Amino acid sequence: MTDAAFALSLRGVTKQFGSTVALDGAQFDVRAGTLHALLGENGAGKTTLMRLAFGMLRPDAGTIEAGGTARHWRSSADAIAAGIGMVHQHFLLVPAMTVAENVSLGDRGLFRGFDPRVAADRVRRIGAETGLVLDPAARVADLPVGAQQRLEIIKALARDAKILILDEPTAVLSSAESQELYSWLRSFVTRGCTAVLITHKVREALAIADDVTVLRRGRAVLSGRPRELAESAVIAAMIGSAATDEVQLPAAGSTAGVSVISLQHVSMTDGRGVHRLRDVSMEVCAGEIVGIAGVEGSGQHELLRVLAGRLAPDGGGVRLPARIGFVPEDRLRDALIPTMTLVENLALKEAGSARGSVRWTSYEARALGTIRKHDVHTSGVCSLASALSGGNQQKFVLGRELEGSPDALVVENPTRGLDIRATSLVLAELRSARASGVAVAMYSSDLDEVLSIADRMIVCFDGRATDTPVEADAVARALLGLS
Amino acid sequence: MTFLVRLARSQAGASVAATLLALAAVTLVVIAGGYDIGHAATALWNGSVGSPYSFFTGTLLRATPLIIVGLAVAVAFQAGVLNIGAEGQLLAGAATAVAAGLSMAAWPGWISVPVELVAGMAAGAAWAGIAAVLKRRFGVLEVISTLMLNFIALFGVSYLVRGPLQEPTHIYPQTASLAASARLPVIIPGQRLHLGFVAAVVLAIVAWWFIRSTAGGFRIRVVGAGAAAAASAGRVNVDRVVFGAFLASGALAGLGGAVQVTGVTYALFEGISPGYGYTAIAVALLARLNPLAVIVAGIFFGGLEAGGAGMQRDAGVPSGFVSVIEALVVLGVLAVDRARILAGERGQPTTGEQAA
Amino acid sequence: MNGGPFTAFLEAGVRTATPLAYAALGELVVERAGVINIGLEGAIIGGAFGALVFAGAGGVSLGFAGAALAGILVAALFALFVVTLRTDQIITGTAMSMLGLGLTGTLYRTMYGSAGASLHTPTIAPAPVPGLSAIPVIGPALFDQPVVTYALYALVPALAWWFYRSVAGLALRAVGEHPEAARGAGISPDRVQWAALLFGGAMGGIGGGTLVLAQVGTFAEGMSAGRGFIAIAIVVLGRWTPFGVAGAALLFGAASALQTLAQTTGWAMPYQLPLAFPYVLTLVLLASARARTAAPAALGQRSA
Repeated sequence: MTDAAFALSLRGVTKQFGSTVALDGAQFDVRAGTLHALLGENGAGKTTLMRLAFGMLRPDAGTIEAGGTARHWRSSADAIAAGIGMVHQHFLLVPAMTVAENVSLGDRGLFRGFDPRVAADRVRRIGAETGLVLDPAARVADLPVGAQQRLEIIKALARDAKILILDEPTAVLSSAESQELYSWLRSFVTRGCTAVLITHKVREALAIADDVTVLRRGRAVLSGRPRELAESAVIAAMIGSAATDEVQLPAAGSTAGVSVISLQHVSMTDGRGVHRLRDVSMEVCAGEIVGIAGVEGSGQHELLRVLAGRLAPDGGGVRLPARIGFVPEDRLRDALIPTMTLVENLALKEAGSARGSVRWTSYEARALGTIRKHDVHTSGVCSLASALSGGNQQKFVLGRELEGSPDALVVENPTRGLDIRATSLVLAELRSARASGVAVAMYSSDLDEVLSIADRMIVCFDGRATDTPVEADAVARALLGLS
Repeated sequence: MTFLVRLARSQAGASVAATLLALAAVTLVVIAGGYDIGHAATALWNGSVGSPYSFFTGTLLRATPLIIVGLAVAVAFQAGVLNIGAEGQLLAGAATAVAAGLSMAAWPGWISVPVELVAGMAAGAAWAGIAAVLKRRFGVLEVISTLMLNFIALFGVSYLVRGPLQEPTHIYPQTASLAASARLPVIIPGQRLHLGFVAAVVLAIVAWWFIRSTAGGFRIRVVGAGAAAAASAGRVNVDRVVFGAFLASGALAGLGGAVQVTGVTYALFEGISPGYGYTAIAVALLARLNPLAVIVAGIFFGGLEAGGAGMQRDAGVPSGFVSVIEALVVLGVLAVDRARILAGERGQPTTGEQAA
Repeated sequence: MNGGPFTAFLEAGVRTATPLAYAALGELVVERAGVINIGLEGAIIGGAFGALVFAGAGGVSLGFAGAALAGILVAALFALFVVTLRTDQIITGTAMSMLGLGLTGTLYRTMYGSAGASLHTPTIAPAPVPGLSAIPVIGPALFDQPVVTYALYALVPALAWWFYRSVAGLALRAVGEHPEAARGAGISPDRVQWAALLFGGAMGGIGGGTLVLAQVGTFAEGMSAGRGFIAIAIVVLGRWTPFGVAGAALLFGAASALQTLAQTTGWAMPYQLPLAFPYVLTLVLLASARARTAAPAALGQRSA
């Protein structure tokens, strides 16, 4: 196979952010006219690799080839000009503008005209050619998520993209929409174009891709055709042999104690009048971990905050204990103040309720206790939260929320962005909290992770919460509202 | 230069480094302008600290409103409130204090002076309150609303000194002078330095203690440094803290105005503030929003303004250059800060956000 | 200009509005790119001073060029800090205002000494448009003005076209709404903001130059008199559109011209009332939901 057969080829690429090595000599070849799945866990470096290919980042070392020529992108404008398009996980659309305006964004020229009718025709023409139909005059803010994603693809096609990179495109889609997208991608590559699909969904990738590459810790560890690869081998490559023993069955027979958190017929509407929670009743008992799953936007975000006492519902009964720990997903925004010290970040927990003067010496002692007990690696309690690595930040947050033995703990995607070692430490902390009688509610977008730790499962769909067996197939059905 | 770099690594050092850079730049400007630098420096020295009179009646007298209003800005900025309306709040405070004082001419000073000061604080808080309500209820950017309110206050003062509060002869656009009993007492015989300076220092110490050691002060800091974390992890009522800090900031700025009219001018007129509300931003920033450091920064700027007046008088150097120094100090602090953050980013591990 | 007090009022309103409109249209472009330039005051006073220096050397046209250049220099310093170094927009802007006011005052006294007050520059006289200036009441107001005013009549629609009907205008608005989306489309938000700020500086400078070269005929320390801040109010009141901004500038101009009308007609009204009115109106408008949705979504946010 000659290099010219590769639409895209990254060789020995290395990328470092500070002291974090995101890519460590990764190799990635995509054959022209194929659908290539790039697999890996959170933090494996998939997105970084593709941002290099798209010119958003520059590699510290290694080469990038597209269409058989070596490329030195200065910005994504160069990559776009070379026929590469990227659909980001978080859409890059201007909500206040129309579909046609978003498609025309990035055209060059200081005084070149923008004719809405011509732009609308372009959108319609792409729709006619590819089946991706959108109203050119619609405002993006009014479009549902699936349509916004279609717009992202149309944007790339309007720039004559021959190589399309999609970052976790199905994370926000329903199963029907996902199937639609996959069959569209299939037709796209049969026209001679190339697509790269970043995903962590092994089964889907093996079912639809022509080739798969597995990335782990910044290196390509496995590459090949799906029919030549066993699913278990791919999974082993993704999580690595060191971690396989961490995947264990749910601890059976853990006997739940008294009900600690109880919701009765809770409902909630957001600022835009959308129902976020509909008639939700559930309990979390002492000494159990209740797993929560849900496709993005199904109400789990609000449910977790109601459980943690951070959000008051519009209707229904809520019984909460006095002390609830909460570990939100975005720890640098919602859990920690990066510019403050660990002592201050510990005191933050009581900032809302404290009265009178603050006893800093006592907080200092407590912070010291927390970093010792939870093995937080830091130069001291007076170091800034931003100076810690992601894993140590999370251990500190967990330690703070578990300090003084709370009655309940609510955690949301607690292992997001952590490496495998930090992940297993965090999960161990949750298990030991359960063992000491804490009522734990945990949401994770990684279904395998919740299933591995939960005693019971609750699945959110369209604002409703349903009890579901702790079993992958049942949960998967419930996620799509099929049960 | 390595000395400067090392200095800039510490909080206070960054301010000192920025100031040194600014002064160096200004020295160059003064030399380039063809002035005798030795003569100018002597005039600066004489005008600010060279004699008891220039120190107490020049520097410290000018520093008084800068310290009080600088505290107003520092409190607001600590809470993440970009109150650039201290000027308008100061004017509201000054006008109200004068109105109160004029109507209490017959009262003993131990009653009328506190009433004037409290009235000034209330007016400043109320003026800031308009912007605070607009922010809380309608999400209006306080930067724009406080800017509007500065102008409205300016026109309000202009109206008052030509209308309802104009002095009895109706000739000058100013109010009558406050009765001697309704003025802040002078603290050093033969000088014009008044009790307001002592009040400013005490206030700064109280503010420092409050920010550092009380739960309320900690709430202000966490809301300013990370509102989302304060609400989620700390269960802080962010809106209420922001609102409270905004009002407190307005009250302090209003007090600055009240102190100025009861301690220095004894009357209200249009030019009562030569932009104290804006200079105070520079003071607060140079002090890194630390109330104790506001005392130092306020005296430094007070000295510059007093010395600048002296330089214009004795060495012919235009006094506008004081604004240039102030501006360069602000830009210097911003640049040094930025350089420090960038250096920090290079030296520290980033936090795994980019590796998804 | 002999059409009675009302005509004089209209004429004065348009005249006063002209420098405001220049500064505000510049600020409009800047804010549409997501930046609030509180330091516009510095560009205006810089422009006024630049006009003085250059007009003295080479007449009115060179004066305007010098005004624009000075405004660009001030804006470039602001852009260096805010866009490149990512410092806080508001604090940097406040410093730029102080710097502009202080530096021009210092340079003025240094270069011209105390005799500065009697210094006069060449000015451009009103150039009545034949026919149109004879229209009763509004004719003299709109068509017996200096050429700088007429240039605005073309500039406003041109800017409106450019905002909504050019790809560069699209890019500018995208940067103000969602810089990351713009970056994803291959647009460099930094470059767009730099360009917008330089344009805004030039416009602010021309606004200052208009004060000197078309109105006062000389420079005075602090003669910008808060027009940079007024321009920011005008942009809000004009709801971030070129025609809206032009209308709001006229309103502010009319408000300050009203005091002359009040004096000549003997109105017993505090003259501060009409002066304060546009600011109050701006505040009220800010509170309405419509103004908030009109504001660029990422306005003032790229300081982190």
